[in-house]
Amino acid sequence: MSIIETRALAKTYGRIQAVRGIDLNIEKGEIFGLLGPNGAGKTTTIGMLCTIVRPSSGSASIAGHDVVREPAEVRRNVGIVFQDPTLDTILTGRENLKLHALLYGVPSDIREKRIKELLELVDLKTRAEDITRTYSGGMRRRLELARGLLHRPAVLFLDEPTLGLDPQTRARIWDYIRKMAQKEQTTVVLTTHYMEEAEQVCDRVGIIDHGRIIALGSPEDLKESMGGYMVIIRMKEAPLDRIRALPYVSEATQNDDIVEITMKEAHLHLPDLLLNIRNVECVETRAPTLNDVFIKLTGRDIREEEIEDSGGWVESVARYRQRGH
Amino acid sequence: MDYGRFRKECLGVYAVWWREIKVFQREKSRVVSSIVQPLMWLFLFGNAMGASLDVNGVNYRDYIYPGILSMSVLFGSVFFGLYIVWDRKLDVLKAVLVAPVSRISIFLGKVLGGCTDVTLQVLILFLFSFLFSSINPLGIPLALLILFITSVAMVSMGLAIGSFLESLEGFQVISTFVVFPLFFLSGALFPVDDRLPGWLQELVKLNPLTYTVDGVRGALLGVNTFPLYVDLGVITVFAVLMILVGSALFSRMK
Repeated sequence: MSIIETRALAKTYGRIQAVRGIDLNIEKGEIFGLLGPNGAGKTTTIGMLCTIVRPSSGSASIAGHDVVREPAEVRRNVGIVFQDPTLDTILTGRENLKLHALLYGVPSDIREKRIKELLELVDLKTRAEDITRTYSGGMRRRLELARGLLHRPAVLFLDEPTLGLDPQTRARIWDYIRKMAQKEQTTVVLTTHYMEEAEQVCDRVGIIDHGRIIALGSPEDLKESMGGYMVIIRMKEAPLDRIRALPYVSEATQNDDIVEITMKEAHLHLPDLLLNIRNVECVETRAPTLNDVFIKLTGRDIREEEIEDSGGWVESVARYRQRGH
Repeated sequence: MDYGRFRKECLGVYAVWWREIKVFQREKSRVVSSIVQPLMWLFLFGNAMGASLDVNGVNYRDYIYPGILSMSVLFGSVFFGLYIVWDRKLDVLKAVLVAPVSRISIFLGKVLGGCTDVTLQVLILFLFSFLFSSINPLGIPLALLILFITSVAMVSMGLAIGSFLESLEGFQVISTFVVFPLFFLSGALFPVDDRLPGWLQELVKLNPLTYTVDGVRGALLGVNTFPLYVDLGVITVFAVLMILVGSALFSRMK
Protein backbone atom coordinates (compact mmCIF):
# COMPACT_ATOMS: atom_id res chain seq x y z
CA MET A 1 0.00 0.00 0.00
CA SER A 2 1.20 3.51 -0.79
CA ILE A 3 1.90 5.84 2.10
CA ILE A 4 -0.32 8.49 0.48
CA GLU A 5 -3.30 7.66 -1.70
CA THR A 6 -5.77 10.11 -3.14
CA ARG A 7 -8.82 9.35 -5.28
CA ALA A 8 -10.55 12.13 -7.21
CA LEU A 9 -9.60 14.52 -4.43
CA ALA A 10 -11.25 17.89 -5.05
CA LYS A 11 -11.88 21.22 -3.34
CA THR A 12 -14.31 23.90 -4.33
CA TYR A 13 -14.48 27.34 -2.72
CA GLY A 14 -17.88 28.71 -3.66
CA ARG A 15 -17.81 28.68 -7.45
CA ILE A 16 -14.05 28.29 -7.67
CA GLN A 17 -12.68 24.83 -8.26
CA ALA A 18 -9.28 25.05 -6.61
CA VAL A 19 -8.52 21.35 -6.99
CA ARG A 20 -10.39 19.34 -9.62
CA GLY A 21 -9.88 15.68 -8.88
CA ILE A 22 -6.41 14.41 -8.09
CA ASP A 23 -5.43 10.73 -8.17
CA LEU A 24 -2.06 10.15 -6.68
CA ASN A 25 -0.06 7.36 -5.08
CA ILE A 26 3.08 8.33 -3.23
CA GLU A 27 5.35 5.56 -2.02
CA LYS A 28 7.20 5.29 1.27
CA GLY A 29 10.57 7.02 1.26
CA GLU A 30 9.93 9.08 -1.86
CA ILE A 31 10.70 12.76 -2.23
CA PHE A 32 7.73 13.91 -4.23
CA GLY A 33 7.34 17.40 -5.67
CA LEU A 34 4.09 19.10 -6.58
CA LEU A 35 5.03 21.72 -9.10
CA GLY A 36 2.99 24.48 -10.57
CA PRO A 37 2.36 28.21 -10.63
CA ASN A 38 0.77 30.08 -7.75
CA GLY A 39 -2.92 29.39 -7.55
CA ALA A 40 -2.58 26.02 -9.31
CA GLY A 41 -3.93 24.20 -6.27
CA LYS A 42 -0.70 22.97 -4.68
CA THR A 43 -1.24 24.46 -1.26
CA THR A 44 -4.90 23.48 -1.18
CA THR A 45 -3.92 19.90 -2.05
CA ILE A 46 -1.37 19.81 0.76
CA GLY A 47 -3.92 21.44 3.07
CA MET A 48 -6.36 18.60 2.40
CA LEU A 49 -3.68 15.97 2.96
CA CYS A 50 -2.80 17.41 6.38
CA THR A 51 -6.46 17.83 7.40
CA ILE A 52 -6.40 21.65 7.44
CA VAL A 53 -8.72 21.90 4.45
CA ARG A 54 -11.77 19.69 4.21
CA PRO A 55 -12.09 18.06 0.77
CA SER A 56 -15.29 18.84 -1.14
CA SER A 57 -15.24 15.39 -2.72
CA GLY A 58 -13.00 12.41 -3.29
CA SER A 59 -10.83 10.78 -0.66
CA ALA A 60 -7.29 10.72 0.62
CA SER A 61 -5.43 8.60 3.13
CA ILE A 62 -2.06 8.84 4.81
CA ALA A 63 -0.42 5.74 6.25
CA GLY A 64 -3.79 4.05 5.91
CA HIS A 65 -5.75 6.73 7.78
CA ASP A 66 -8.52 8.63 6.05
CA VAL A 67 -8.03 12.39 6.23
CA VAL A 68 -11.71 13.10 6.90
CA ARG A 69 -12.62 10.22 9.19
CA GLU A 70 -9.41 9.97 11.23
CA PRO A 71 -7.91 13.47 11.28
CA ALA A 72 -6.15 12.99 14.64
CA GLU A 73 -4.35 9.87 13.38
CA VAL A 74 -3.37 11.66 10.18
CA ARG A 75 -2.04 14.64 12.14
CA ARG A 76 0.07 12.37 14.29
CA ASN A 77 1.59 10.90 11.14
CA VAL A 78 2.47 14.10 9.34
CA GLY A 79 4.87 16.96 9.87
CA ILE A 80 4.14 20.28 8.22
CA VAL A 81 6.29 23.22 7.27
CA PHE A 82 4.01 25.99 6.10
CA GLN A 83 4.72 28.48 3.36
CA ASP A 84 4.70 31.36 5.85
CA PRO A 85 6.93 31.12 8.90
CA THR A 86 5.07 29.89 11.97
CA LEU A 87 7.81 29.86 14.58
CA ASP A 88 7.00 31.34 17.95
CA THR A 89 9.47 34.20 17.76
CA ILE A 90 9.25 35.00 21.46
CA LEU A 91 10.59 31.54 22.32
CA THR A 92 14.11 30.20 21.83
CA GLY A 93 14.91 27.57 19.24
CA ARG A 94 14.94 24.83 21.85
CA GLU A 95 11.69 26.06 23.40
CA ASN A 96 9.98 25.99 20.00
CA LEU A 97 10.97 22.35 19.66
CA LYS A 98 9.88 21.55 23.20
CA LEU A 99 6.47 23.15 22.64
CA HIS A 100 6.02 21.05 19.54
CA ALA A 101 7.18 17.85 21.27
CA LEU A 102 4.61 18.39 24.03
CA LEU A 103 1.83 19.10 21.55
CA TYR A 104 2.64 15.91 19.65
CA GLY A 105 2.89 13.85 22.82
CA VAL A 106 6.55 12.88 22.35
CA PRO A 107 7.32 10.85 25.52
CA SER A 108 9.37 12.78 28.07
CA ASP A 109 12.17 10.19 28.25
CA ILE A 110 13.11 10.65 24.59
CA ARG A 111 12.13 14.32 24.23
CA GLU A 112 15.44 15.92 25.16
CA LYS A 113 17.48 13.43 23.15
CA ARG A 114 15.34 13.93 20.07
CA ILE A 115 15.54 17.73 20.33
CA LYS A 116 19.31 17.57 20.62
CA GLU A 117 19.57 15.21 17.67
CA LEU A 118 17.53 17.48 15.40
CA LEU A 119 19.26 20.68 16.48
CA GLU A 120 22.51 19.02 15.43
CA LEU A 121 21.03 17.84 12.16
CA VAL A 122 20.10 21.40 11.15
CA ASP A 123 23.29 22.91 12.64
CA LEU A 124 21.50 25.10 15.15
CA LYS A 125 23.00 23.65 18.30
CA THR A 126 24.99 26.77 19.13
CA ARG A 127 21.98 29.05 18.61
CA ALA A 128 19.45 26.84 20.43
CA GLU A 129 19.17 29.11 23.47
CA ASP A 130 18.63 32.29 21.43
CA ILE A 131 15.20 33.80 20.88
CA THR A 132 14.16 32.91 17.34
CA ARG A 133 13.33 36.52 16.57
CA THR A 134 17.09 36.97 16.18
CA TYR A 135 17.40 34.17 13.59
CA SER A 136 17.96 34.76 9.88
CA GLY A 137 15.38 33.56 7.36
CA GLY A 138 17.42 30.47 6.55
CA MET A 139 17.90 29.59 10.21
CA ARG A 140 14.18 29.91 10.87
CA ARG A 141 13.42 27.59 7.98
CA ARG A 142 15.92 25.04 9.27
CA LEU A 143 14.37 25.13 12.72
CA GLU A 144 10.96 24.61 11.14
CA LEU A 145 12.29 21.59 9.26
CA ALA A 146 13.60 20.19 12.53
CA ARG A 147 10.28 20.90 14.20
CA GLY A 148 8.39 19.14 11.42
CA LEU A 149 10.43 15.97 11.95
CA LEU A 150 10.47 15.97 15.75
CA HIS A 151 7.66 13.48 16.24
CA ARG A 152 9.02 11.12 13.54
CA PRO A 153 6.17 11.63 11.08
CA ALA A 154 5.65 9.15 8.27
CA VAL A 155 5.27 12.06 5.86
CA LEU A 156 6.79 15.53 5.96
CA PHE A 157 4.94 18.20 4.00
CA LEU A 158 6.90 21.23 2.88
CA ASP A 159 4.96 24.04 1.28
CA GLU A 160 7.35 26.19 -0.76
CA PRO A 161 10.24 25.56 1.64
CA THR A 162 12.58 28.00 -0.11
CA LEU A 163 10.20 30.85 -0.87
CA GLY A 164 11.57 34.24 0.05
CA LEU A 165 15.12 33.01 0.66
CA ASP A 166 18.18 34.09 -1.31
CA PRO A 167 19.63 31.59 -3.84
CA GLN A 168 22.54 30.52 -1.67
CA THR A 169 20.32 29.84 1.34
CA ARG A 170 17.88 28.02 -0.92
CA ALA A 171 20.57 25.61 -2.07
CA ARG A 172 21.50 24.88 1.54
CA ILE A 173 17.90 24.27 2.56
CA TRP A 174 17.59 21.69 -0.22
CA ASP A 175 20.75 20.01 1.07
CA TYR A 176 19.20 19.78 4.51
CA ILE A 177 15.95 18.43 3.13
CA ARG A 178 17.79 15.68 1.24
CA LYS A 179 19.94 14.84 4.22
CA MET A 180 17.03 14.74 6.63
CA ALA A 181 14.81 12.67 4.37
CA GLN A 182 17.59 10.13 4.09
CA LYS A 183 18.57 10.07 7.73
CA GLU A 184 15.03 9.97 9.07
CA GLN A 185 13.70 7.78 6.26
CA THR A 186 10.74 10.07 5.89
CA THR A 187 8.54 10.45 2.86
CA VAL A 188 8.69 14.09 1.77
CA VAL A 189 6.00 15.86 -0.20
CA LEU A 190 6.89 19.37 -1.21
CA THR A 191 5.52 22.12 -3.37
CA THR A 192 7.62 24.62 -5.19
CA HIS A 193 7.55 26.72 -8.28
CA TYR A 194 11.33 26.69 -8.58
CA MET A 195 11.47 23.99 -11.26
CA GLU A 196 15.26 23.77 -11.39
CA GLU A 197 15.45 23.13 -7.67
CA ALA A 198 12.75 20.49 -7.77
CA GLU A 199 14.62 18.65 -10.52
CA GLN A 200 17.61 18.19 -8.31
CA VAL A 201 15.81 17.03 -5.21
CA CYS A 202 12.70 15.11 -6.19
CA ASP A 203 12.51 11.43 -7.06
CA ARG A 204 9.21 12.08 -8.72
CA VAL A 205 7.19 15.16 -9.57
CA GLY A 206 3.61 15.93 -10.45
CA ILE A 207 2.97 19.06 -12.45
CA ILE A 208 -0.25 20.70 -11.41
CA ASP A 209 -2.12 23.40 -13.27
CA HIS A 210 -5.65 24.75 -12.75
CA GLY A 211 -6.23 22.13 -10.06
CA ARG A 212 -5.31 19.11 -12.17
CA ILE A 213 -2.20 16.97 -12.41
CA ILE A 214 -1.10 17.27 -16.01
CA ALA A 215 2.13 15.28 -15.84
CA LEU A 216 3.55 12.76 -13.43
CA GLY A 217 6.89 10.99 -13.37
CA SER A 218 10.56 11.28 -12.53
CA PRO A 219 12.20 14.52 -13.67
CA GLU A 220 14.29 12.50 -16.13
CA ASP A 221 11.29 10.78 -17.68
CA LEU A 222 9.38 14.03 -18.01
CA LYS A 223 12.30 15.74 -19.66
CA GLU A 224 12.79 12.80 -21.99
CA SER A 225 9.17 13.06 -22.99
CA MET A 226 10.08 16.39 -24.59
CA GLY A 227 11.64 14.37 -27.41
CA GLY A 228 15.24 15.47 -27.40
CA TYR A 229 17.44 18.51 -26.88
CA MET A 230 16.47 22.13 -27.01
CA VAL A 231 18.02 24.31 -29.69
CA ILE A 232 17.33 28.00 -29.31
CA ILE A 233 18.05 30.19 -32.29
CA ARG A 234 17.81 33.95 -32.52
CA MET A 235 16.97 35.00 -36.07
CA LYS A 236 14.68 37.14 -38.16
CA GLU A 237 12.02 35.63 -40.44
CA ALA A 238 12.41 32.04 -39.38
CA PRO A 239 11.25 29.46 -41.95
CA LEU A 240 9.21 27.65 -39.35
CA ASP A 241 7.50 25.25 -41.76
CA ARG A 242 10.79 24.15 -43.26
CA ILE A 243 12.25 23.56 -39.82
CA ARG A 244 9.24 21.52 -38.74
CA ALA A 245 9.52 19.38 -41.86
CA LEU A 246 13.01 18.20 -40.96
CA PRO A 247 12.89 14.54 -39.85
CA TYR A 248 14.83 14.98 -36.60
CA VAL A 249 12.81 17.96 -35.35
CA SER A 250 10.11 17.06 -32.79
CA GLU A 251 8.73 20.54 -32.35
CA ALA A 252 9.44 24.16 -33.17
CA THR A 253 7.88 27.31 -31.76
CA GLN A 254 8.54 30.96 -32.39
CA ASN A 255 8.41 33.89 -30.04
CA ASP A 256 9.41 37.21 -31.65
CA ASP A 257 12.84 36.51 -33.09
CA ILE A 258 13.54 33.51 -30.86
CA VAL A 259 12.88 30.07 -32.30
CA GLU A 260 12.79 27.13 -29.92
CA ILE A 261 13.36 23.76 -31.50
CA THR A 262 13.17 20.41 -29.77
CA MET A 263 15.22 17.82 -31.66
CA LYS A 264 16.68 14.37 -31.26
CA GLU A 265 20.45 13.89 -31.15
CA ALA A 266 21.14 17.57 -31.47
CA HIS A 267 24.89 17.05 -31.62
CA LEU A 268 24.55 15.08 -34.90
CA HIS A 269 21.90 17.14 -36.61
CA LEU A 270 22.78 20.68 -35.64
CA PRO A 271 25.07 21.33 -38.66
CA ASP A 272 22.35 20.12 -40.99
CA LEU A 273 19.76 22.30 -39.27
CA LEU A 274 21.93 25.37 -39.62
CA LEU A 275 22.49 24.63 -43.32
CA ASN A 276 18.74 24.71 -43.80
CA ILE A 277 18.22 28.16 -42.36
CA ARG A 278 19.97 31.45 -42.86
CA ASN A 279 20.30 34.75 -40.98
CA VAL A 280 21.11 32.99 -37.73
CA GLU A 281 22.30 35.53 -35.16
CA CYS A 282 22.93 33.24 -32.24
CA VAL A 283 22.53 29.57 -31.34
CA GLU A 284 22.26 27.88 -28.00
CA THR A 285 21.67 24.24 -27.23
CA ARG A 286 20.71 22.79 -23.90
CA ALA A 287 19.03 19.85 -22.23
CA PRO A 288 15.32 20.38 -21.61
CA THR A 289 14.24 21.41 -18.12
CA LEU A 290 11.05 20.83 -16.21
CA ASN A 291 10.15 24.38 -17.06
CA ASP A 292 10.25 23.40 -20.75
CA VAL A 293 7.94 20.52 -19.92
CA PHE A 294 5.60 22.96 -18.20
CA ILE A 295 5.62 25.33 -21.18
CA LYS A 296 4.95 22.48 -23.57
CA LEU A 297 2.01 21.26 -21.53
CA THR A 298 0.40 24.59 -20.70
CA GLY A 299 1.69 26.98 -23.31
CA ARG A 300 2.86 29.31 -20.53
CA ASP A 301 6.08 29.93 -18.67
CA ILE A 302 5.78 29.17 -14.97
CA ARG A 303 7.93 32.18 -14.20
CA GLU A 304 5.46 34.56 -15.80
CA GLU A 305 3.04 33.52 -13.11
CA GLU A 306 5.41 34.08 -10.28
CA ILE A 307 4.02 36.43 -7.71
CA GLU A 308 6.46 38.08 -5.43
CA ASP A 309 4.70 38.08 -2.15
CA SER A 310 4.05 34.77 -0.52
CA GLY A 311 0.68 33.88 0.86
CA GLY A 312 -1.21 31.11 2.57
CA TRP A 313 -3.73 28.98 0.80
CA VAL A 314 -6.49 31.46 1.37
CA GLU A 315 -4.50 34.10 -0.46
CA SER A 316 -3.64 31.62 -3.18
CA VAL A 317 -7.31 31.07 -3.75
CA ALA A 318 -7.92 34.81 -3.74
CA ARG A 319 -5.28 35.19 -6.41
CA TYR A 320 -6.78 32.33 -8.32
CA ARG A 321 -10.08 34.16 -8.22
CA GLN A 322 -8.49 37.42 -9.37
CA ARG A 323 -6.98 35.76 -12.38
CA GLY A 324 -10.48 34.97 -13.52
CA HIS A 325 -10.60 31.19 -13.38
CA MET B 1 -11.60 8.43 25.72
CA ASP B 2 -8.84 5.99 26.60
CA TYR B 3 -6.05 6.82 29.02
CA GLY B 4 -3.31 7.37 26.40
CA ARG B 5 -5.45 9.84 24.50
CA PHE B 6 -6.40 11.64 27.72
CA ARG B 7 -2.73 11.91 28.71
CA LYS B 8 -1.88 13.45 25.34
CA GLU B 9 -4.67 16.00 25.67
CA CYS B 10 -3.36 16.93 29.13
CA LEU B 11 0.12 17.32 27.69
CA GLY B 12 -1.41 19.59 25.05
CA VAL B 13 -3.07 21.78 27.71
CA TYR B 14 0.24 21.89 29.57
CA ALA B 15 2.14 22.79 26.38
CA VAL B 16 -0.06 25.80 25.63
CA TRP B 17 0.03 26.91 29.28
CA TRP B 18 3.83 26.52 29.39
CA ARG B 19 4.19 28.70 26.30
CA GLU B 20 2.07 31.45 27.87
CA ILE B 21 4.20 31.40 31.01
CA LYS B 22 7.37 31.79 28.91
CA VAL B 23 5.80 34.74 27.12
CA PHE B 24 4.79 36.25 30.48
CA GLN B 25 8.37 35.93 31.74
CA ARG B 26 9.77 37.66 28.66
CA GLU B 27 7.29 40.52 28.38
CA LYS B 28 8.41 42.27 31.56
CA SER B 29 7.32 45.73 30.46
CA ARG B 30 3.76 44.50 29.96
CA VAL B 31 3.76 42.99 33.45
CA VAL B 32 5.19 46.14 35.00
CA SER B 33 2.58 48.36 33.36
CA SER B 34 -0.21 46.02 34.44
CA ILE B 35 0.96 46.49 38.04
CA VAL B 36 1.68 50.20 37.87
CA GLN B 37 -1.67 51.16 36.37
CA PRO B 38 -3.80 49.87 39.28
CA LEU B 39 -1.34 51.36 41.75
CA MET B 40 -1.87 54.73 40.11
CA TRP B 41 -5.62 54.31 40.48
CA LEU B 42 -5.17 53.52 44.16
CA PHE B 43 -2.58 56.06 45.16
CA LEU B 44 -3.29 58.95 42.81
CA PHE B 45 -7.02 58.70 42.22
CA GLY B 46 -7.78 56.95 45.53
CA ASN B 47 -5.84 59.34 47.70
CA ALA B 48 -7.20 62.38 45.90
CA MET B 49 -10.83 61.31 46.27
CA GLY B 50 -10.18 59.86 49.72
CA ALA B 51 -9.12 63.25 50.98
CA SER B 52 -12.75 64.34 51.01
CA LEU B 53 -14.72 61.12 50.88
CA ASP B 54 -15.55 58.11 53.05
CA VAL B 55 -17.91 55.34 51.97
CA ASN B 56 -19.87 53.48 54.66
CA GLY B 57 -17.25 54.55 57.15
CA VAL B 58 -14.34 53.26 55.05
CA ASN B 59 -11.76 55.57 53.53
CA TYR B 60 -12.43 55.91 49.77
CA ARG B 61 -8.96 54.72 48.80
CA ASP B 62 -9.41 51.54 50.82
CA TYR B 63 -12.98 51.22 49.59
CA ILE B 64 -11.95 51.02 45.91
CA TYR B 65 -9.06 48.60 46.56
CA PRO B 66 -11.29 45.55 45.83
CA GLY B 67 -12.70 47.39 42.79
CA ILE B 68 -9.25 48.11 41.42
CA LEU B 69 -8.22 44.47 41.91
CA SER B 70 -11.31 43.47 39.96
CA MET B 71 -10.49 46.01 37.29
CA SER B 72 -6.97 44.59 36.89
CA VAL B 73 -8.43 41.12 36.51
CA LEU B 74 -10.99 42.35 33.99
CA PHE B 75 -8.53 44.27 31.81
CA GLY B 76 -5.71 41.75 32.09
CA SER B 77 -7.96 38.79 31.31
CA VAL B 78 -10.01 40.21 28.43
CA PHE B 79 -6.97 41.65 26.70
CA PHE B 80 -5.05 38.42 27.17
CA GLY B 81 -7.90 36.63 25.42
CA LEU B 82 -8.18 39.21 22.65
CA TYR B 83 -4.46 38.81 22.04
CA ILE B 84 -5.35 35.64 20.12
CA VAL B 85 -6.14 37.93 17.17
CA TRP B 86 -2.49 38.91 17.07
CA ASP B 87 -1.36 35.27 17.39
CA ARG B 88 -3.51 34.39 14.43
CA LYS B 89 -2.22 37.30 12.41
CA LEU B 90 1.37 36.22 13.00
CA ASP B 91 0.56 32.60 12.18
CA VAL B 92 2.00 31.54 15.54
CA LEU B 93 -1.21 29.66 16.19
CA LYS B 94 -1.21 27.79 12.89
CA ALA B 95 1.45 25.31 13.93
CA VAL B 96 -0.36 24.73 17.22
CA LEU B 97 -3.75 24.23 15.59
CA VAL B 98 -2.52 21.45 13.27
CA ALA B 99 -1.12 19.42 16.17
CA PRO B 100 -3.03 16.25 17.09
CA VAL B 101 -4.57 17.98 20.12
CA SER B 102 -8.23 18.96 20.33
CA ARG B 103 -9.21 22.61 20.08
CA ILE B 104 -10.77 22.39 23.52
CA SER B 105 -7.41 21.44 25.05
CA ILE B 106 -5.74 24.35 23.30
CA PHE B 107 -8.50 26.64 24.54
CA LEU B 108 -8.14 25.38 28.12
CA GLY B 109 -4.36 25.79 27.95
CA LYS B 110 -4.84 29.39 26.87
CA VAL B 111 -7.39 30.03 29.63
CA LEU B 112 -5.10 28.58 32.28
CA GLY B 113 -2.15 30.54 30.90
CA GLY B 114 -4.12 33.78 31.05
CA CYS B 115 -5.40 33.06 34.57
CA THR B 116 -1.90 32.33 35.78
CA ASP B 117 -0.66 35.64 34.38
CA VAL B 118 -3.49 37.59 35.93
CA THR B 119 -3.37 35.80 39.27
CA LEU B 120 0.36 36.49 39.59
CA GLN B 121 -0.36 40.17 38.96
CA VAL B 122 -3.09 40.12 41.60
CA LEU B 123 -0.68 38.52 44.07
CA ILE B 124 1.76 41.35 43.49
CA LEU B 125 -1.04 43.85 44.14
CA PHE B 126 -1.84 42.01 47.38
CA LEU B 127 1.70 42.73 48.54
CA PHE B 128 0.61 46.36 48.86
CA SER B 129 -2.41 45.53 50.98
CA PHE B 130 -0.56 46.30 54.24
CA LEU B 131 -0.69 49.98 53.22
CA PHE B 132 -4.47 49.87 53.47
CA SER B 133 -5.43 49.87 57.13
CA SER B 134 -9.02 48.71 56.60
CA ILE B 135 -8.04 45.53 54.70
CA ASN B 136 -8.45 42.27 56.57
CA PRO B 137 -5.54 40.03 55.47
CA LEU B 138 -7.48 36.89 56.48
CA GLY B 139 -9.90 37.61 53.64
CA ILE B 140 -7.19 37.41 50.97
CA PRO B 141 -7.58 33.67 50.14
CA LEU B 142 -11.32 34.07 49.52
CA ALA B 143 -10.72 37.25 47.49
CA LEU B 144 -8.11 35.38 45.45
CA LEU B 145 -10.57 32.56 44.73
CA ILE B 146 -13.23 35.00 43.55
CA LEU B 147 -10.74 36.87 41.38
CA PHE B 148 -9.44 33.60 39.90
CA ILE B 149 -12.92 32.46 38.88
CA THR B 150 -13.54 35.90 37.40
CA SER B 151 -10.30 35.61 35.46
CA VAL B 152 -11.37 32.23 34.02
CA ALA B 153 -14.60 33.84 32.84
CA MET B 154 -12.99 36.96 31.39
CA VAL B 155 -10.13 35.17 29.59
CA SER B 156 -12.72 32.83 28.06
CA MET B 157 -14.78 35.81 27.00
CA GLY B 158 -11.72 37.50 25.48
CA LEU B 159 -10.84 34.33 23.56
CA ALA B 160 -14.44 33.95 22.43
CA ILE B 161 -14.49 37.48 21.03
CA GLY B 162 -10.94 37.18 19.67
CA SER B 163 -11.76 33.99 17.79
CA PHE B 164 -14.00 35.85 15.38
CA LEU B 165 -12.35 39.28 15.33
CA GLU B 166 -10.60 39.72 12.01
CA SER B 167 -8.20 42.50 12.85
CA LEU B 168 -6.61 44.47 15.62
CA GLU B 169 -8.87 47.43 14.90
CA GLY B 170 -11.55 45.47 16.72
CA PHE B 171 -9.57 45.95 19.96
CA GLN B 172 -10.68 49.55 20.32
CA VAL B 173 -14.31 48.66 19.68
CA ILE B 174 -14.29 45.87 22.27
CA SER B 175 -12.49 48.10 24.72
CA THR B 176 -15.08 50.86 24.38
CA PHE B 177 -18.24 48.77 24.15
CA VAL B 178 -17.44 45.79 26.36
CA VAL B 179 -14.54 46.32 28.75
CA PHE B 180 -15.19 49.87 29.94
CA PRO B 181 -18.95 49.41 30.48
CA LEU B 182 -18.21 46.28 32.52
CA PHE B 183 -15.78 48.31 34.62
CA PHE B 184 -17.90 51.43 35.12
CA LEU B 185 -21.05 49.47 35.83
CA SER B 186 -19.46 47.16 38.39
CA GLY B 187 -19.47 49.27 41.52
CA ALA B 188 -15.68 49.19 41.49
CA LEU B 189 -15.59 52.93 42.21
CA PHE B 190 -18.94 53.42 44.00
CA PRO B 191 -21.28 51.58 46.37
CA VAL B 192 -24.23 49.76 44.82
CA ASP B 193 -27.21 50.97 46.85
CA ASP B 194 -30.45 52.92 46.60
CA ARG B 195 -28.66 56.22 46.08
CA LEU B 196 -27.97 55.12 42.46
CA PRO B 197 -30.58 56.10 39.85
CA GLY B 198 -32.91 53.17 39.21
CA TRP B 199 -31.81 52.49 35.61
CA LEU B 200 -28.17 52.47 36.68
CA GLN B 201 -28.97 50.06 39.51
CA GLU B 202 -30.56 47.65 37.03
CA LEU B 203 -27.57 47.78 34.68
CA VAL B 204 -25.13 47.27 37.56
CA LYS B 205 -27.04 44.22 38.75
CA LEU B 206 -26.89 42.70 35.25
CA ASN B 207 -23.09 43.00 35.21
CA PRO B 208 -21.28 39.86 36.38
CA LEU B 209 -18.26 41.90 37.48
CA THR B 210 -20.49 43.61 40.09
CA TYR B 211 -20.59 40.31 41.97
CA THR B 212 -16.80 39.97 41.81
CA VAL B 213 -16.33 43.44 43.25
CA ASP B 214 -18.96 42.81 45.89
CA GLY B 215 -17.51 39.43 46.88
CA VAL B 216 -13.96 40.76 47.14
CA ARG B 217 -15.15 43.80 49.07
CA GLY B 218 -16.98 41.52 51.46
CA ALA B 219 -13.90 39.35 51.94
CA LEU B 220 -11.44 42.20 52.44
CA LEU B 221 -13.54 44.98 54.03
CA GLY B 222 -16.59 43.18 55.38
CA VAL B 223 -18.79 45.54 53.36
CA ASN B 224 -21.13 43.93 50.87
CA THR B 225 -24.44 44.34 49.12
CA PHE B 226 -25.19 40.69 48.24
CA PRO B 227 -24.61 37.54 50.29
CA LEU B 228 -21.39 35.67 49.48
CA TYR B 229 -23.17 32.67 47.97
CA VAL B 230 -24.88 34.96 45.44
CA ASP B 231 -21.55 36.55 44.47
CA LEU B 232 -19.79 33.20 44.12
CA GLY B 233 -22.79 31.62 42.41
CA VAL B 234 -23.17 34.34 39.78
CA ILE B 235 -19.51 34.47 38.79
CA THR B 236 -19.16 30.68 38.75
CA VAL B 237 -22.18 30.28 36.49
CA PHE B 238 -20.85 33.10 34.31
CA ALA B 239 -17.42 31.41 34.13
CA VAL B 240 -18.91 28.05 33.13
CA LEU B 241 -21.03 29.77 30.50
CA MET B 242 -18.04 31.62 29.07
CA ILE B 243 -15.95 28.42 28.94
CA LEU B 244 -18.73 26.70 26.99
CA VAL B 245 -19.27 29.59 24.58
CA GLY B 246 -15.54 30.24 24.24
CA SER B 247 -14.56 26.66 23.52
CA ALA B 248 -17.38 26.30 21.00
CA LEU B 249 -16.34 29.47 19.14
CA PHE B 250 -12.68 28.56 19.40
CA SER B 251 -13.34 25.15 17.87
CA ARG B 252 -15.01 26.78 14.91
CA MET B 253 -12.28 29.38 14.42
CA LYS B 254 -10.51 29.33 11.06
